[in-house]
Amino acid sequence: MEGEPSPRSGAGFHQGSFPLAVNVDLQTDATLQVDISDALSERDKVKFTVHTKSTLPNFKQNEFSVVRQHEEFIWLHDSFVENEEYAGYIIPPAPPRPDFDASREKLQKLGEGEGSMTKEEFTKMKQELEAEYLAIFKKTVAMHEVFLCRVAAHPVLRKDMNFHVFLEYNQDLSVRGKNKREKMEDFFKNVVKSADGVLVAGVKDVDDFFEHEKTFLLEYHNRVKDASSKSDRMIRSHKNAADDINRIASTLYTLGTQDSTDVCKFFLKVSELFEKTRKIEARVAADEDLKLADLLKYYLRESQAAKDLLYRRGRALVDYENANKALDKARAKNKDVLQAETSQQVCCQKFEKISESAKQELIDFKTRRVAAFRKNLVELAELELKHAKGNLQLLQSCVGVLKGDT
Amino acid sequence: MAASSRRNPPPLPGAENQDPLSEMADEDSDEGEDIFVGNSNPVAEAFQPDTANGEEPADLFSEAETSTAANSYITNSKSNGVHSDNENDLFAEVSVELSMENPSTTAKSSGAEFTPSLTLSATQPESMEQLEEEKDEDSFDMEVAVTNPEKIGDGMNAYMAYKVSTRTTLPMFRNRTFSVWRRFSDFLGLYEKLSVKHSLNGCIIPPPPEKSVVGMTKVKVGKDDSSSADFVERRRAALERYLQRVVCHPSLLQDPDVREFLERDELPRAVGTHTLSGAGFLKMINRASDAVSKMTIKISDSDAWFDNKLQEVESEELQLRKLHAVVDSLVNHRKELCGNTAVFAKSMAMLGNSEDNTALSRALSQLAEVEDKMETLHQEQAASDFFILAELLADYIRLLGAVRGCFEQRMKTWQRWQEAQSTLQKKREVEAKLLWANKPDKLQQAKEEITEWEGKVTQYERDFDRISVTVRKEFLRFEKEKSNDFKSQIVKYLESLLQSQQRVICTLF
Repeated sequence: MEGEPSPRSGAGFHQGSFPLAVNVDLQTDATLQVDISDALSERDKVKFTVHTKSTLPNFKQNEFSVVRQHEEFIWLHDSFVENEEYAGYIIPPAPPRPDFDASREKLQKLGEGEGSMTKEEFTKMKQELEAEYLAIFKKTVAMHEVFLCRVAAHPVLRKDMNFHVFLEYNQDLSVRGKNKREKMEDFFKNVVKSADGVLVAGVKDVDDFFEHEKTFLLEYHNRVKDASSKSDRMIRSHKNAADDINRIASTLYTLGTQDSTDVCKFFLKVSELFEKTRKIEARVAADEDLKLADLLKYYLRESQAAKDLLYRRGRALVDYENANKALDKARAKNKDVLQAETSQQVCCQKFEKISESAKQELIDFKTRRVAAFRKNLVELAELELKHAKGNLQLLQSCVGVLKGDT
Repeated sequence: MAASSRRNPPPLPGAENQDPLSEMADEDSDEGEDIFVGNSNPVAEAFQPDTANGEEPADLFSEAETSTAANSYITNSKSNGVHSDNENDLFAEVSVELSMENPSTTAKSSGAEFTPSLTLSATQPESMEQLEEEKDEDSFDMEVAVTNPEKIGDGMNAYMAYKVSTRTTLPMFRNRTFSVWRRFSDFLGLYEKLSVKHSLNGCIIPPPPEKSVVGMTKVKVGKDDSSSADFVERRRAALERYLQRVVCHPSLLQDPDVREFLERDELPRAVGTHTLSGAGFLKMINRASDAVSKMTIKISDSDAWFDNKLQEVESEELQLRKLHAVVDSLVNHRKELCGNTAVFAKSMAMLGNSEDNTALSRALSQLAEVEDKMETLHQEQAASDFFILAELLADYIRLLGAVRGCFEQRMKTWQRWQEAQSTLQKKREVEAKLLWANKPDKLQQAKEEITEWEGKVTQYERDFDRISVTVRKEFLRFEKEKSNDFKSQIVKYLESLLQSQQRVICTLF
């Protein structure tokens, strides 16, 4: 990793390749492997290098890379959502926009306050901020990668034309971000959709499985949302506490350097100790963040996607029932019967197709979710244990030294 | 009484130390021990300054468990004539530390170790030795404790009364153990009296905890929530530390006011401690005028020691204030962390409930439980942060203020001396003029005035020297006390951190 993320220079942050995100449990398939091998952070955008290895015949080469930006990922996701063919599948949720604003603000504040702190404090805080920036960067890359891998692992989505274009076309896709008018359109569409969703949700489903899933998903989604926001708050206070310990350490250090009495030596040692504990505490908070909060956030988005699937199915069901009613009416009036019949058949087909794939998708979703949670929670517990033990050791040795000294 | 519930925060490490001791303490009743058991440690630690003539405070913990201490403790307790139930239990653990009456041999040799760390001017070697000698006689057997806050009265006239218990073997007190009820204004009154009498001598008088209108009003109104309980607990602990410092000070202890405070059943209501009274205003005016005069005096001291020390004190106070602010924010954040963890645990529990895969559901609810336990741990950690560290810092900030006041007293004395000298000079000039103008009767008067002023000058000079010596002695004592205090408290704090980490590990397992 080179370069410094500074709002002034706009220099980039290079990222070497790093392991697949842990939020999903995917089987790697030799026929199509996608990953993000590199990423460059510039002033206000991040450029991802998407690297593909494939043995599929429709690609020109076996291995190739292209550079993509966040908007292009969103375009790909939206194209899936809008495609009627995929109505029966859970569309992998789009990665969130890379958000370095908070970090950048802090860096700026630090730059402004440079005069008021000592040299050591300044360098320390700068290092911390850089570490934070790096962490956010890693996270956003991981999320984009997960999205691509989910698509690649899905038996139907991986064959999508847009996806192949995304992977292969090595010039700019010239996808522009939505302009204001389109955003307004989107907004209205969302409003209509949520109203519709409420309507559709009210319809009782014939199939028990889906009915159960509906209630379950609704509840689960809400709870995950709740848990996600609470875990965010908790981690933030943890980080704040760690920051405070850092400040204590530096103040103790100043106290300690004032004099050379043994109290001051004492202070110096304690200040060192606090520095180290703080690093551990910060790491604990970061791990919690990574394993727990990210997990929850990801499943928040996925459960939303699952809910969307159910909504689509519900919509199809309503359409089917309406078509049935229309057919009955037409038959009764003996007018436009053929038309009604064809439309009814179309609806019926659509509905059944969706139902079939939806069932499988939802079952997959469950397995994936269980596996991911298990893996992350276990890792989290192990890490916390490790850190606690490390912390303990530090404290023990320090107390031993201090007691032996005095 | 609600007292015992409030007394929890004082530290965990004590818990381990108490067990071996309580086995030795098998003399008396076990009931009522709860109240005092929790208390004994703060009492114990604060007594270290006075026994630590060369004995390191941390050792007291380990030595508390050795059999030698036990033996001397047992003899000590048996020598107590009066066995009033509760007080003895309180002092059971405490007396162990004190009974390490420093055998004078070790004290003298280790007393010498302290001097290198203090920067002294070479011009006064003998007075330093003198001070050493006096330090050695510092050990005495006296403990005080402030316990059982009780709310007396109702409505706006209510107040908290605290039980002040003393145990001592000093002959000047009537009994061996006794206790009285005091309220906060009594403590303030004691401080006023002491400062009026002793500050002129240059003694460092420990300042009492601050008044808090908000806190007291909450208590008076009768809001029975945790914040007012906290407030009372803090105040009680602060009052205890204050009293302990007062009795540690050898010359203050001799003061009849202190004795009266500890012994007399009913003290006259201390007037002049109420903020809005006439005396309060007078004090504020005095303080303002002092501040102004402080800025104009510039002492030209032959002894640079005082200047250095004053500067050190000032910069240290600055640092301590900063540190205190940071520790405060740490305490707040930890409390926040507590709250957030609790909320998170609940939401995880709900998530676990709604998860239909049973294994995962179980795992999630276990996570929720773990987080809950972590929350309690965090809460305790926050409390210990606060009680051990923040209060220590606050106390020392106030003490440093008192030290500065002491230095100022010395400056005032110097100023008085200089003024006397200049008056003397003027009188001499007058005399010379009269001599020249040859007016015999006025001459006589002038001569008398001169002798009078000469006398004053010598007296003030002596005063000044005396106060310099006292201030120096006091300061050294203060430094020693401070360094011991800090060390012991920080070690205690680290130990509590250690403990909580251990418990985190147990929970995670």
